[in-house]
Amino acid sequence: MSLVDRLLASFLLVLLLATITTTATAQGGTQIHGNFSTDVQYYNIDSAIGAVVPPQRFGNNAWANFIATHGNFEVGARLESYNPSLAGYPAGQPYQGTGIGYRYAKFTVSDLEITVGNFFEQFGQGLIFRSYEERYLGVDNAIDGVRLKYKPYRGVYLKGIMGQQRAAFDNGFTKGPGIVRGLDAEVSLAELLDSAWTHAGNLIIGGSFVSKYQRDDVSTLVLPENVAAGSFRLNYTTSKLNFYTEYAYKVNDPNNRNGNIYKNGQALMANLTYSVKGFGASVGAHSFDNMFFQSNRAATTPFDLNINYLPPLTKQHTYNLPATLYPYATQPNGEVSGQGEVFWKIKKGSKLGGKYGTKIAVNYSVAFGLDTTRLGLADDTTKIYGYSSKFFTPNLDRMYFQDINIEIRRKLSPTWQLALTYLNFTYDIDVIQGKAGQKVVYADMFVLEGLHNFSEKNSLRFELQHLSTKQDHGNWVTGLAEFTFSPHWFLAVMDQFNYVTTAPTFEKDGKVEAPDRLHYPIASVGYIRSGTRFQVNYGRQRAGIFCVGGVCRQVPAANGLTLSITSTF
Amino acid sequence: MKIILTTFAFLSLAFAANAQGKVPSVSVQDLANKKIDTGSFSNDGKPYIINFWATWCAPCKRELQAIAEKYEGWQEKTGVKLIAISIDDSRSMARVSPYVNGQDWDFEFYLDPNGDFKRALNVNNIPHTFLVDGNGAIVYQHNNYEPGDENELFKKVLELTSKN
Repeated sequence: MSLVDRLLASFLLVLLLATITTTATAQGGTQIHGNFSTDVQYYNIDSAIGAVVPPQRFGNNAWANFIATHGNFEVGARLESYNPSLAGYPAGQPYQGTGIGYRYAKFTVSDLEITVGNFFEQFGQGLIFRSYEERYLGVDNAIDGVRLKYKPYRGVYLKGIMGQQRAAFDNGFTKGPGIVRGLDAEVSLAELLDSAWTHAGNLIIGGSFVSKYQRDDVSTLVLPENVAAGSFRLNYTTSKLNFYTEYAYKVNDPNNRNGNIYKNGQALMANLTYSVKGFGASVGAHSFDNMFFQSNRAATTPFDLNINYLPPLTKQHTYNLPATLYPYATQPNGEVSGQGEVFWKIKKGSKLGGKYGTKIAVNYSVAFGLDTTRLGLADDTTKIYGYSSKFFTPNLDRMYFQDINIEIRRKLSPTWQLALTYLNFTYDIDVIQGKAGQKVVYADMFVLEGLHNFSEKNSLRFELQHLSTKQDHGNWVTGLAEFTFSPHWFLAVMDQFNYVTTAPTFEKDGKVEAPDRLHYPIASVGYIRSGTRFQVNYGRQRAGIFCVGGVCRQVPAANGLTLSITSTF
Repeated sequence: MKIILTTFAFLSLAFAANAQGKVPSVSVQDLANKKIDTGSFSNDGKPYIINFWATWCAPCKRELQAIAEKYEGWQEKTGVKLIAISIDDSRSMARVSPYVNGQDWDFEFYLDPNGDFKRALNVNNIPHTFLVDGNGAIVYQHNNYEPGDENELFKKVLELTSKN
């Protein structure tokens, strides 16, 4: 047990005694809250879909968070348990055993906030620093160290952080080898100038500096032990417009991801939105060049110990086929991308709007490789720059991803709603999913979704999805029906059918046989009671990609029974 | 290690009964990216709803749409207000403002891009809804959304307002 754990334990004990004696005045005293979440999966053998079956036959992820607050004082901790973790979880280094995954103490003295232990924090949009968690993906790069937040004057915000990042979990969280230090300053002019600021919106400017330290433990290379990165951001808003831009620069950082080259990194993002009641539009562009920034230069996966966060500029789809077959993931080593999107509501009562109004969303996004030129080996072989690049210039011959989609949503009557979606993807599966040598996927998708209310409490929602492509796995059709009985129960059945497969024919007993056309049926039942939710799934789970926020994790094919419980108290 | 486990076990037992808490004080951003302290949320002594959602969460959007259609009536009857907290991160937070305007929704919107408020309220997954009474105490919560859940929520709001 580390010293911090000992101190926290003693503090909690004192807190417990203190709270027991003050329970009578609990209202103004200590508050304890938390949550619990678990997924237990039993794995069946199912060779037809190549289902994973771990030797333990079971997988279990469990988490419990506790937060205790007392005036300006707060302590929190999360207990985690993986016996073993679910197949394919987490995205990066393995999690195993039971222990403390996160703990902190925090207190606030007027405008100064001090956190010791684990914390999540982000500077700007995260181009040079973001520590965050996506529990269902197994992404958690919390810093373990110290954070200070200080507001010296109205509209002026300062932050300082220092510590090591969570790397994996082995009966407690383990830490990466690097140390991360950072400073961030932000000025919000509308707040600073108060009544002297006469515009309706705001102008915010900010800047950050982050540096990581990792000992040079490689004898064959001369590596920078301290790697610095800086960023600048500007955000201008009026009542209708919002413009945001952030630029980041990183000094040379030879690492596993970039092939140990000594090139500097750059990132730029900008976006502009315009919206008024009933209409909204946005355009955005990103460019990244050599921007992997991990607190272990020898990290073995792109999911480990990320110091920064490079958001993908593509729409995150919610329907099963487009969301889990071909989602885009940022290419930090080199990408230029753009997006445009429009939302509007055609007024009710008009010819096109119908009795209840019609909603339309159109989205286009595209990502290209960066325009680069390979450089030969330098004379000094310990300093290789790898390539030269034209910043913010796409290599138009190398399209990684394109997504054109349109969604029309209309309420037909008090009890019927329909939504129709069309999507068209171009997807470089070699680059995005690392499936070397596979052809670029061109896919068309249609989704029809309907919602019918039988009564105030009972309803049926259905989805019919179709995906056609000549590449990868071929054509899919998905049907989903979900019956809900508010406020407690739901029942859902879904089948995904790979009805035109690209798998090769094979010979059996002298006859040519067609490959199986696979079904992936699954049924779910759920029970919800205030902050608690129970869900049981049984069936086949297709291999796919599961994304939350901007990060995706590969989920292997599985067949079995899953029990999920979440509770907030 | 054991000390911590037992301490937590005791603490959770001791306070299982005292589930009604205040809204924690955390910094979120409004749609003009101004920082707002969640501890300052109020509705002039009337109840308000805190709803966690995201532009990539389909049931969340169904819930907000269902409430939007009844919102005027709810406000006339009870004066209740809905505060929608988007947990969209830097990938999609820029979409929130055009999206909610494109939907013609009339709620009070804030952004929680790194999940600080979500964590402070111990939200596991979204949608998750809290009902806060006129004194700032959380009196009801609901995870998930099924069509019709909004009626249950409004019943709870009516129970609060009819007490006064």
